[in-house]
Amino acid sequence: MSLELPTTVPLQAYLALAAILFCTGVWGLINSRNAVRVLMSIELMLNAVNINLMAFSNYLDGQLIRGQVFAIFVITVAAAEAAVGLAILLSLYRNRETVDMERFNLLRW
Amino acid sequence: MTIASSTQFVCFVFLSAAVAIGALGVVLLPNIVYSAFLLGGVFLSVAGLYLLLNASFVAAAQVLVYVGAVNVLILFAIMLVNKQETMAEIPGLRLRRLLSGGVCAGLFALLLRVAFTTPWALPGPVPIGEEATIRIGEHLFSDYLLPFELASVLLLMAMIGAIVLARRDVFSSDVATGEPADQGLIEKSRTPLLLEKTN
Repeated sequence: MSLELPTTVPLQAYLALAAILFCTGVWGLINSRNAVRVLMSIELMLNAVNINLMAFSNYLDGQLIRGQVFAIFVITVAAAEAAVGLAILLSLYRNRETVDMERFNLLRW
Repeated sequence: MTIASSTQFVCFVFLSAAVAIGALGVVLLPNIVYSAFLLGGVFLSVAGLYLLLNASFVAAAQVLVYVGAVNVLILFAIMLVNKQETMAEIPGLRLRRLLSGGVCAGLFALLLRVAFTTPWALPGPVPIGEEATIRIGEHLFSDYLLPFELASVLLLMAMIGAIVLARRDVFSSDVATGEPADQGLIEKSRTPLLLEKTN
């Protein structure tokens, strides 16, 4: 029995991988109690979007790689978001002495 | 593409397995330090996927920015807020997890359906491969010049904002001992009883 591997990776494989990563990120974002883990889940979702952009750039727009330029901008915004998010987290931790998301409920109702 | 296509396929399978399992570990592991290191592994695997997609510059940027900066920042944040706390049980946690899992599964099915039923315009133009870095530079300094300059302003704003948000300000002092009641008191054993505004 000869195992026949597919010759190329289809575009849909990358899209499915990005969907898995995005949905994992969404689940973690909703269910995490620890605020640092929420930030990590956001990073996972941003990476999923980047995988989509790069896959489309390679498969559908191979000459003018606009997807790669967009991915660079997404990486820039993600870096800024991580810095500001962690600063907010530190400030919250100093004020509430916890990182439990369930206890950050000052603005709830 | 210089890598043989079967090698490329095997690399894709390994990298995507690493990404998927690593992402599940990031979300599900109880120890957050392990999660942070697994997140670094996920970022590296995604950089490997970018190499498979003929994007060496973005792969290098991914390693530099995500693994080198964002992941280290997250590790520092874990170190700074490293207090062992037992989170109080909240009612209906299991139901909430099940519901959100159902919502995520539905979103996943929707995304898969879109990915597999859309008639993509395949095969597209031939990828330019190693010329990609030159092309990105041309884009950044011609038709994407305005977003490029705005990104520098955004990074400056994020830097200043992070400094302002994370700075320790002394707003009040303890009446009993006269020492400043800044947030460093959290690490001390005793919390101030009565605060007096200093400014």
